[in-house]
Order: sequence, then structure tokens, then C-alpha cells
Amino acid sequence: MVKTLPQAPSDDKRWKIVDTRMRRLGGAADALIEALHAVQEAFGFIDDDAMLYVGEYLGVPRSKVYGVATFYSYFTLKPKGEHTCVICTGTACYINGAANNLKSIAAEFEIKSGETTSDDHLSLLTARCVGACSVAPVAVIDGVLTGKLTPPEVIHLLRALPHGAAQ
Amino acid sequence: MTPRPEGRPGTSPNRRLRRHGITPIGDVRASIHVCEAAGCLALNSEKVVEALVEKLDEDGVYDVAVKRVGCLGLCARGPLARIPETGQYLERVTADDLQPALEAVALVDPANPVEVTPPPFYARQTKVALENSGLIDPEDIDDYLSRGGYGALEKALHELTPSQVIAEVVTSGLRGRGGGGFPTGLKWTTVAKSSGPEGKYVICNADEGDPGAFMDRTVLESDPHRVLEGMAIAAYAVGANEGYIYCRAEYPLAVKRLRSAIRLAERQGMLGKNILDTRFSFEVDVRLGAGAFVCGEETALLYSIQGGRGMPRPRPPYPAVRGLHGKPTLINNVETYAAIAPVLRNGGQWYAGLGTERSKGTKVFALAGRVKNTGIVEVPMGTTLREVVFDIGGGIIDDHPFKAVQTGGPSGGCIPAEFLDMPLDYESLAEKGSIMGSGGMIVMDDTACMVDVAKFFMDFCVEESCGKCVPCRVGTTHMHELLTKMTEGLATRDDLTALENLAGMVKATSLCGLGQTAPNPVFSTLRYFRAEYLAHIDDGLCPAGVCPIATSARI
Repeated sequence: MVKTLPQAPSDDKRWKIVDTRMRRLGGAADALIEALHAVQEAFGFIDDDAMLYVGEYLGVPRSKVYGVATFYSYFTLKPKGEHTCVICTGTACYINGAANNLKSIAAEFEIKSGETTSDDHLSLLTARCVGACSVAPVAVIDGVLTGKLTPPEVIHLLRALPHGAAQ
Repeated sequence: MTPRPEGRPGTSPNRRLRRHGITPIGDVRASIHVCEAAGCLALNSEKVVEALVEKLDEDGVYDVAVKRVGCLGLCARGPLARIPETGQYLERVTADDLQPALEAVALVDPANPVEVTPPPFYARQTKVALENSGLIDPEDIDDYLSRGGYGALEKALHELTPSQVIAEVVTSGLRGRGGGGFPTGLKWTTVAKSSGPEGKYVICNADEGDPGAFMDRTVLESDPHRVLEGMAIAAYAVGANEGYIYCRAEYPLAVKRLRSAIRLAERQGMLGKNILDTRFSFEVDVRLGAGAFVCGEETALLYSIQGGRGMPRPRPPYPAVRGLHGKPTLINNVETYAAIAPVLRNGGQWYAGLGTERSKGTKVFALAGRVKNTGIVEVPMGTTLREVVFDIGGGIIDDHPFKAVQTGGPSGGCIPAEFLDMPLDYESLAEKGSIMGSGGMIVMDDTACMVDVAKFFMDFCVEESCGKCVPCRVGTTHMHELLTKMTEGLATRDDLTALENLAGMVKATSLCGLGQTAPNPVFSTLRYFRAEYLAHIDDGLCPAGVCPIATSARI
């Protein structure tokens, strides 16, 4: 029996990356988490169309896809801003004053954790621990880990992020 | 200045060479090893390698090799570098100030070898799991092979039967380094005995979720092949041909290095089909976690590898009997696998000679918090807390008084100053109301409020509870509310009683380890710092000055 594969939601070339990842893992239900990772890596977030497509491709009910996508905190269903700043709130960062970094960002950019500035410039996120405890407190800004941050330093780094340019 | 000979690597503008450092053709007079593991990378050590290569090129120094290596340990003073010829460590090496490194390397004279005595941080450690860390390039399999890498696998496949391998692990007394402390040899025996006509699995739990723990990350980023070698030996011993490494997505560098290590090992015939020209085959793949702490629990981990929500199920049946896809599955932690190669190479007896009566071998600790020398430390089991925090760790930042050390993350507890001389082993830690856990060690000084610490961990458990069983889902939320009330100065003695009752109930009735251990931070802070709770409740005071107590609320 030949399984007909569903049509990707758009002709966006990034779907090819997602397809390849799913195909390599056998196109079966146990590839769901890897497929969602592939979508998020390619598009930055996972929207409804992506969930429907991945579910159909892997033969997983859409309820389960949604369940998995929302169970894991690493997956995001909303688009992020142009830049992202992840503040680690693990134990070592907590002991070394991560809360002050968070507060200063909140004051400077008027956003709370999980929010994006109104101009879609910056998204602020928190992580449970990024495992760089020895240089706490740390932030991951656009994927780059920086340690031993004080509030003025983190604000300085965030202000320096370019506007309008692709990441 | 000597003219640069033709064809020497580093002369070309090849980016790859610049990124990875250079190794001169011909004689190497001296080398500089630069740490490129998470801690130092966060302090821009990548740029140090590039700058060093450029500078040496510019100065016409052609007999010095620059190599990126794994973790050198003392992250607090990173970016770190080391000159292996003299054993000298260089601290806070930055791309803008290479002079100390260049001067140190200029002094190296092979005809006149000098040994530099390393500071106590390095000298007092015993490296077994981390023996290659900081010495080899984690992305170069030849470097691993040159240090005897995959020799233990070769020995197992060519000289030992699977049951002899297991016997060696049993003799070593190695216990699970993920936190449980279950005897590894016994686990291997169980999986080996479980009948699995359709195959078995070997899984490496690299979902290091405890906040404040980064040992596994260090091992994976510094020496990924050693974990693969340990897994392959385990697979041979228990009769498995397939394996997975379940690694958290928050560790992109570890994932990258693992994936590249698997590819290289397959190419060298150390993984894949017919390993080392024997009939033994072992395929291994990486699976990513997605930010769920509960997936470190082994049954939740299995569901997650199968693409589902990571929700634990009751045990038995244990994964050793019925695991991934219903087949017998061996699950061990990164550090456990990292200890396997040395155990086979030197014999179980040798490993059992390290450590204490019931906790054998060495343990890697991640030292963080308010301690001067934050970083990665490997010491024999039974080393005292004082030695780790003060002799190796250098004491408390700004010489504040030591208050407690938190071990075991959200499942562990706080150990106060009165027990600084206790030996670090599974039993002693449990006796004091904490656990060994995976090895995270957060040092706290007088600026920490223990009620707030308990609240911090409870907040973690509320967020990370998977929601399957009621005691954990509802109980942790209520405990968090009570602790919040205390930190706001609004709690009464009845609230304290309620907290204690609730903690006991959640511990006794939760389904999995997460819920069963979630109250531990509350229990241990109450046991040793009850006076702080009472100060919040009776006097409306936070002795450490952390909590936002609204004093007016009490009038």
C-alpha cells in the first residue's frame, strides 16, 4: 500500500527541511517531537497549519499533536519578535540576582516574561536552567549565551540589537 | 623572523582551520589549549582561539599549536587556557589581552622542562569521568583515539563475554549517577536477563533538568565519545543493538557535538554495523527533549522518545523489563556511561578502590552559587563538603558567612554549616535530609532567605508537574501558596502546620519521583532553618532581607 503524503501548507522551501526530518525518522508517530522541533527551527514557532500538516504526515491525531506541542515548554505557538532574550531563572541565577535583570528589562522595554514588545522587536522569555550556572546570572540573546550579567549590561546588550534587519 | 614554510595549515584563510585552531606540521614546541565548553564560550573563548591563531601567524610563530578543548573546570575565571607542556593554567584570557598567554608559551623549552604546580582547585581533584576533559578536542575523534579512546570497547568485544563485562561493572560498585544511586551492575544484569527476542534498547538520559546542574552538559561537550563508548559497551553487555541519547534541547552545543561524534564513530567502525569487525552492531541516535523537567523520570522519558507527552506511569514494570516500545531497556545517566570505559580499562577492582565503603568511585559536582570558584569538580566519593566548598571552591564570595549548600535540585535539600565536615556520599546526604542527586551544588551565603529558597523550588515544581496525579498537581500549588503567604508576612502558625501536613501527603502519595521529592526542599529548610520560618510568621521579618514583607499588613 502506498501512503499518500499530505500537501505542505505552502510552497515555502523550509517545509522541505521539515519533510526531510520526518522522512528520515520513518514518518511514524514517534517522530512527532522531532518534527515539531524541525518546524520551530525553520519557522520560529508552530502554528495551526503546521500542527495539522505534521499530524497528517505522521498519522497522529490533531488532538495529540496539540497536546504534545503545548505540554513541552520549549515549543511556542506564537510568533516571536525580531530578537529573543531568554533569562535563565535556574537556582544559581536566582541566587546571583537574575530577578534584578528581569526587573530591569521589564522596566526598560515594558514587557514581562513571555511577552513581545509592541513593535515586535524583542521577545522576553525565561528558562528553567540553561546549564551555565558557573557564570550565573546568564541570558541567551538570539541564541548566544552571555554570562555574569548585571542589569546595566543586559540592557546595554538589548539596546544594541539592530532594528529591522533579519536575525 | 622565520619565513612560514609552504603548505602549513593556518596560512590559508580557511575558516575551519581558524575556528578550530592550528596544529603545525613538524615539531610542536608548545601548545595552548583553550576551553570551548559552555562556561568559557559564554565568556567569548571562541574569539580567543581566533585571535591567538591570528596573532601567532602575524608574529611568525610557527611551532605553537592552538587547540580548542573541553571544560577546564574553573569557569568562574574563564575564559581558561592551559599549556599542557608545563601544566600551567591561564585565567581570564581574552582576545584583547593575549600577552600573558603568549609570554607563558614563549617560555616553554622542551630541552628544559618545567612543571608548574597548579592551584588547589585543580590539584585536589581526581578525574575519572573527566579524564579527557580539557585535554582533547571534543570534535576530533583521532584525539580521543590517541588517548586510548574506544580501547575499552575493543577489550570488551575481543576479550570479554557480555557476562564478564557485567561482572566487571558489578565489581566496580558503580551506582547510578543521575541521582537515584541504583547499583549499575544490578541494572545491567536485570536487562541482560530480560528476554527480548525482538531486541532491547540502551538509552542515555541526558535530560539534565535540575536547575543548577551542568555536569552532564560538561561531559557531553568535552568528551562525547566517552559516553558513546560506554553506551556501546553497555549494549554489548545487555544484548541491545539500538540506542538513544535523550538530550535536552537547551543544550544545543552538546547536541551538535554528540551528533558529530556519532557520525565520526560510525565512520571509524566504532558504532553501527559490525563494530570493530565483530558481529556486534549498535546504532545510536539523538532524541531531543523539549523543556519538560519530568522527562528526566525514566518512564516519562520513554513516552517522550516515542513522541508523546512525557507523563510517568507506575512502576513496575520497570523499563529494564518493559521499556521503549515494550522491550527491555537499559537507562543510565551520562556520567554513569562516562565511567564505564575507565572501569573496563583498569578493572572494577581499581574503581572500587576509590570512594567509600558503599559509594564507590568519583563524583562530578557542579559548583555554583555564592562560591568563589564556580565550575566543575570531580572528587572521590567521601570527600567532605568543606573540602569541596572551601579548599577547592575557595570559599564564599566577598568572604560572607557560609549558610548552606543545596544539593539535588528541586528533589534535594539544604545542608547547613554544622555539617560541613560530612563526607559526600549517597548515604550521608540522605541521612541529612538531602540527596546526592545528579551533582548540582549551589552554595548559599547570608544573603539567601531559606523560606524564599523553598518557595523558589516549589514554584519550579508547580510549573514542571505534569499534571497526571492529583497530589503533585494540586499539592505543589497549595504549598506554593502557603510559602508565598509566608514570604509576604501574611502567614500564621496554622499555615505552617498545614504546610507540613501537605508536604507529608504529597511525598507519600505522588505517582513519580517528581512529586514524591517535591516537598524535600520544604522539609530540609524546616529542619535546619525553622527559626527563619518563625521570624516570617511571628515577627513579620525576613532575616536575610530578601522577602518583600509588607510590615503594615500585620498591624
